[in-house]
Amino acid sequence: MAGSHKSNITPPRWLLAELTYACPLQCPYCSNPLNYAKYPSELSTDDWKRVLTQARKMGAVQLGLSGGEPLVRKDLSELVKHARQLGYYSNLITSGYGLTEERIVELKQAGLDHIQVSIQASSQELNDHIAGTVSYEHKREVAHLVKKHGYPMVLCVVIHRENIHQMQQILEMAEELGADYLELANTQYYGWAHANRDLLLPTREQFEQAEAIAQAYKERVAGKMKIYYVVPDYYEDRPKACMNGWGTTFLTIAPDGVALPCHSARELPGLDCPNVNDYSIEAIWNESKAFNFFRGFDWMKEPCRSCDEKEKDFGGCRCQAYLLTGDMYNTDPVCSKSPNRHVVQEAIDSAKSASLVPGEKPLIFRNSKNSRDFA
Amino acid sequence: MTIDPEKNIHFSPTHRLQWEEAQQKDVILYPEGMVELNQSSAEILKLCNGSRKVEQIVEELERKFETTGLGNDINAFLEVALQNGWITQE
Ligand code: SF4
Ligand code: SF4
Repeated sequence: MAGSHKSNITPPRWLLAELTYACPLQCPYCSNPLNYAKYPSELSTDDWKRVLTQARKMGAVQLGLSGGEPLVRKDLSELVKHARQLGYYSNLITSGYGLTEERIVELKQAGLDHIQVSIQASSQELNDHIAGTVSYEHKREVAHLVKKHGYPMVLCVVIHRENIHQMQQILEMAEELGADYLELANTQYYGWAHANRDLLLPTREQFEQAEAIAQAYKERVAGKMKIYYVVPDYYEDRPKACMNGWGTTFLTIAPDGVALPCHSARELPGLDCPNVNDYSIEAIWNESKAFNFFRGFDWMKEPCRSCDEKEKDFGGCRCQAYLLTGDMYNTDPVCSKSPNRHVVQEAIDSAKSASLVPGEKPLIFRNSKNSRDFA
Repeated sequence: MTIDPEKNIHFSPTHRLQWEEAQQKDVILYPEGMVELNQSSAEILKLCNGSRKVEQIVEELERKFETTGLGNDINAFLEVALQNGWITQE
C-alpha cells in the first residue's frame, strides 16, 4: 500500500457501518449502489466488533448504524452494546420497518443513543407508494415509541418531486409527532436517485417555494424542533464540501467489509477500496491507495487547482464529478466555474420536460430484481 | 428562553458529555453531531447535574479556581448552553 501524506492525516471521527444491503423497503432514491445485489456477503458479528474497536481507538466517536435496513441484523443489540462500552455515540438510521416496542427497549438497554426514523411523505398513500411497501401507520407508531422511551427523535424525510408539494404538511406532521429534529434532505442524485432523476428532480420554482415554507416554519418552532435542511446542490452555484474533505473525517464500511472514503466511492474506477478482512482500520485509513487518492489538493485539475475557494469545498464531490462528467478528477459540475456546468443544466431541463408528460416512464424501485439488472 | 436563577440546572438527557482521549478534550455528543468544549465550558457543564442553581455553580467554580467575578461569564455561557439545548431547567 502506498502513502505519502501521513504527517497531515487527521483521524476518523465518523464511522458509518452499513450493516446490510437487505431492506424491506424499495425507495427509488436509495443511495445504495445500483448493483448492490452483486455483494451479498456480510461481515460477521466478530468482524464488526473488531472494526468498531479499531476505529474507536483511532478517535472515531459518532457511529451510524445503517444499511439497507440495519434492523434486519439479528446481532444489532450486541453491536450496540459493544459500541456503548467503547464510548461511541450510536445513531440507528432506520426506516422503522419491523421495529417493535420490545426491540426499542432492548436497544435502549444495550446503550443506543438515538434513532432516526425516515418517513417518505405526510400521507399514507404517498408514503406507501414511494416506500414500495405499506408502512406509513407503522412508522408513525414507531415515532411515538421512540419518543416514549426517551430517545431524541429525529425524523428524516427525503424530498423530491413526488412529495415536495407536501412541505407544509410534512412540517406539521413532524411537529405533531414531537420530533426533536427534522431532517429535510433534498435528494442527492447518486445510486438509485440518479437512475430516477428525471422523475425525482423538482423544478427550481418548486424548490424555492418549499424552501421558503421550511424557513418560515423553522423560525416558528425555534427552540422546540431543530430543522436541518439539506440543500439541493443542482440549484446551487458552489458544490458541497463533500465528506468535509476526502479521508479527513468519514469512514464508511460496506456490508461486505469494503472500506469507503464516501458511501458512493465503490463506484469510482481504480480505487481498489480495501477490505477490513485484509487490513486493520489504521492501515486502511493511513496507508491505503483509496483513502489517499483525493487527500489534500495535489490531485486537482483546473479550475480548482488555482481557485482560492478550494479549501472551502475541496473541489466538491468526486462521485458527482465522475457520474456527471465521466472523469472523477474534474471540478464538481455543480460549480459555476466548471466548464461542465451545462450537464447540470441539461439534467434540470430533462427532468422538467419529463414532468410535463407524466407517466411516460415508471420509477425504478430499489429491489434485488432491479439491482440484478444493473449488475 | 433565559436561565431562571431559582431553578436547578440539569444536563440534557438527550445529549452526552464525555471526555475524548484521542482529542484530549471534553465533547458534547448529540444526534449526528459533536461540539468540542474548552476547559472552562466543560467545568461549568459538569456541575449542571440537577442539584445546583446558577449561583451555586458560580460559587463552586470561584472556590475551585480561587478567584472571584466569574458570574457574568458563567451566566453568558449558560444562556448559550440553554439555547443549544445542552441544559434544561425542567
Ligand atoms: S433508502 Fe429506502 S430502500 Fe434504501 S435502504 Fe433506506 S429504507 Fe431501504
Ligand atoms: S473551481 Fe473548484 S475549488 Fe473553486 S469553487 Fe469551484 S469547485 Fe470549489
